[in-house]
Amino acid sequence: MSTTTADEHHDDHHPSGIMRWITTTNHKDIGTLYLWFSFIMFFIGGFMALIIRTELFEPGMQFVDPQFFNSMTTMHAIVMIFGVVMPAFTGLANWLIPLMIGATDMALPRMNNWSFWILPFAFAMMLSTLFMDGGGPAGGWTLYPPLVLQTGDAFPFVIFAIHFMGMSSIMGAINVVATILNMRAPGMTLMKMPLFVWTWLITAYLLIAVMPVLAGGVTMLLTDKFFETSFFNAAGGGDPVLFQHIFWFFGHPEVYILILPSFGVISSIIPTFARKPLFGYSSMVYATASIAFLSFIVWAHHMFTVGMPLAGELFFMLATMLIAVPTGVKVFNWVCTMWRGAMTFETPMLFAIAFIILFTIGGFSGLMLAITPADFQYHDTYFVVAHFHYVLVPGSIFAIIAAVYYWLPKWTGHMYSEFWGKTHFWLSTIFVNITFFPMHFVGLAGMPRRIPDYALQFSDYNQIATIGAFGFGFAQIIFLGLVIATIRGGVKATDRVWEGAEGLEWTLSSPPPYHSFTTPPNVKGEWNWFTHQHYETVKTRS
Amino acid sequence: MANAESNYYIPHGSHWPFVGSIAVFSLMVGFSNYLNGASWGTYIMAFGLLVLLVMLFGWFGAVIKESESGNYNKQVDVSFRWGMVWFIFSEIMFFAAFFGALFYVRVYSLPWLGGEASGAATNSYLWPGFEALWPLTANGPGEIGGEFKAMAWNGLPLVNTIILLTSGVTLTWAHHALKANHRGQLIIGLALTVLLGAIFMALQGFEYYEAYNHLGLTLGSGVYGSTFFMLTGFHGMHVTIGAIILFVILIRCIRGHFNPEHHFGFEAAAWYWHFVDVVWLGLFIFVYIM
Repeated sequence: MSTTTADEHHDDHHPSGIMRWITTTNHKDIGTLYLWFSFIMFFIGGFMALIIRTELFEPGMQFVDPQFFNSMTTMHAIVMIFGVVMPAFTGLANWLIPLMIGATDMALPRMNNWSFWILPFAFAMMLSTLFMDGGGPAGGWTLYPPLVLQTGDAFPFVIFAIHFMGMSSIMGAINVVATILNMRAPGMTLMKMPLFVWTWLITAYLLIAVMPVLAGGVTMLLTDKFFETSFFNAAGGGDPVLFQHIFWFFGHPEVYILILPSFGVISSIIPTFARKPLFGYSSMVYATASIAFLSFIVWAHHMFTVGMPLAGELFFMLATMLIAVPTGVKVFNWVCTMWRGAMTFETPMLFAIAFIILFTIGGFSGLMLAITPADFQYHDTYFVVAHFHYVLVPGSIFAIIAAVYYWLPKWTGHMYSEFWGKTHFWLSTIFVNITFFPMHFVGLAGMPRRIPDYALQFSDYNQIATIGAFGFGFAQIIFLGLVIATIRGGVKATDRVWEGAEGLEWTLSSPPPYHSFTTPPNVKGEWNWFTHQHYETVKTRS
Repeated sequence: MANAESNYYIPHGSHWPFVGSIAVFSLMVGFSNYLNGASWGTYIMAFGLLVLLVMLFGWFGAVIKESESGNYNKQVDVSFRWGMVWFIFSEIMFFAAFFGALFYVRVYSLPWLGGEASGAATNSYLWPGFEALWPLTANGPGEIGGEFKAMAWNGLPLVNTIILLTSGVTLTWAHHALKANHRGQLIIGLALTVLLGAIFMALQGFEYYEAYNHLGLTLGSGVYGSTFFMLTGFHGMHVTIGAIILFVILIRCIRGHFNPEHHFGFEAAAWYWHFVDVVWLGLFIFVYIM
């Protein structure tokens, strides 16, 4: 890495108003754009979820027609995955990675700008399909043919929107890799990097490897519909199951793309509030890498009931169960970090602890689903819905919320209201369980997913889930208000913000200067390998 | 700028990414409308393409200007290298999806339709009498697209393989000439590479013409036609892009850009060209020969 001294090339004369945001090459501006985009999409996707839950409040058809219901489940998934969790993590990566590795910005700032500014256009295209002839896509976010080929005018728009989002993700990921490999401050060796940086590096590799595969798969859908190809048409020698293989070859690494950065966030927060160094740092790194590797060889556990040779079923079952090992290592390490720590329970810590417990529940139901013969029973029931909402909502979303509480004082220079933060936490945690826990029961009892109507005996649990969903949804308005209030004012945050916080980002002022680390910090030498304590840093301000 | 080696470089803001988004958005919306039967979609596409060209000119122009004025230090250079490497890796994965489809069809779906392994019932109930023979019946039991002949590997494809491999050699020659500061050889080598690329594309076009007009082989010829044309088509698209990139680099060389130490633009184009080359070898083996 270059020995950086002074800086003469910074462009400090950025335009103001809207042009500042459109033309920006600053990682903090772009991170902010990503996070706000994600926040807005969170309410749009959440609104769709409430439409689903409203219809499911009672058996029978009450509010929406089945086609629209199905397009709501499809769009809810696409918005939440591609519009909320992925942009939120990319936003966090933009804000935090340069600060954590002592760089002044991302490696490829203009491309960074483009990877953000694709998203509003891609989602304008995606959401506009709801108003087209034949409605939005309604075959589920997995886009299985031949069903998805029956989509109306929306079809090509959906395909191209996915291409567009893929471009954004790939460019964002390439930027993260280039930044981490090339922009680290002198002395910041790979095994000194905070885990958030590590998890993102590995996530970025997953993104670069699988987003193009998704692009290829949806391109085949497009040509099958419009250009007479037969990839997924048995009469022409193809096979609809081929699409499922391609899709899940993307889709399974994708679910780790949605969770690995959360692991990094939690690994940052737990040591701070336990006031102890992270237990088992290097095992965390290896566990993350193992999970990423395994994610490429487990995809067909999403397709156990599709009709695969027995050897395939067995292989994918066993490979899937292996993932429990590195994931177990992580949970073990987080718990050991807290063991005998001097713990305090500020809002980020509360969300982090809830993450560990509730994500683990989601992991356990995942193990149940991994068992092929059992999956024949669970497949396409609400049990699956319960499983992946447990890993995504109190998993990914809680980690994002925890990250926002943890770093918001750093970003804005103000402390948030601990009272409202805790209120938000308790309401979210209670309602998220009220929403999703009953889904395990209706699923095991046989209620299928993606159905707007259901048998009478499922009513009680569905009504509980709907009440929980509205509670969870409205609790997020507290979060929105709190974030806005914190940006606008509040108690001044110190540089370090949290007593136990370690890492380069806390050596900067709160908020950090527009260009941080214009002189790279020196992190050489002062590294305690026994405690894996963070480096003492020559305090630098620009 | 005095000590470019030791400074962080952050490019100033740019409106080109946003313009690029408008361009791609217009292309996609226009194409979608066209596919849905609205002929005015082509006008939106044309607009998108125009904006895209303006964006490419503007964005790359700015980058070239900054590069030529010596703004880019070692660190920027390394960032560009990582960026290009992982971009090419993502391209490889894009092709992997199509190769994967080809392998899946060859190993599973066609044999199963023909009654092998777990597809036995499918064959006897749905497609009785269907025999899975590659490439003879590779348009499936429904004989989608009618009778066709497969593309032989030892005609044009073999010539094209030789052309593309030769172009790799001429490009490497040009690179060595650049490093040795032999500008004449550089320009000749690069011009030859672009020329070979153009010949490749022309022959590929002729091959498609033959396929459509004499072999009965079209994009609609069942899964053989699908994999054949999608794989060679996307490859051809990449050759076209690669040749355009090399052409731009050629013009830059003629204008005296690059020097023996700093020529990442050239190297990136060369990496891309070699990647296209290697993909072709995969195609030649798995699409044409096997």
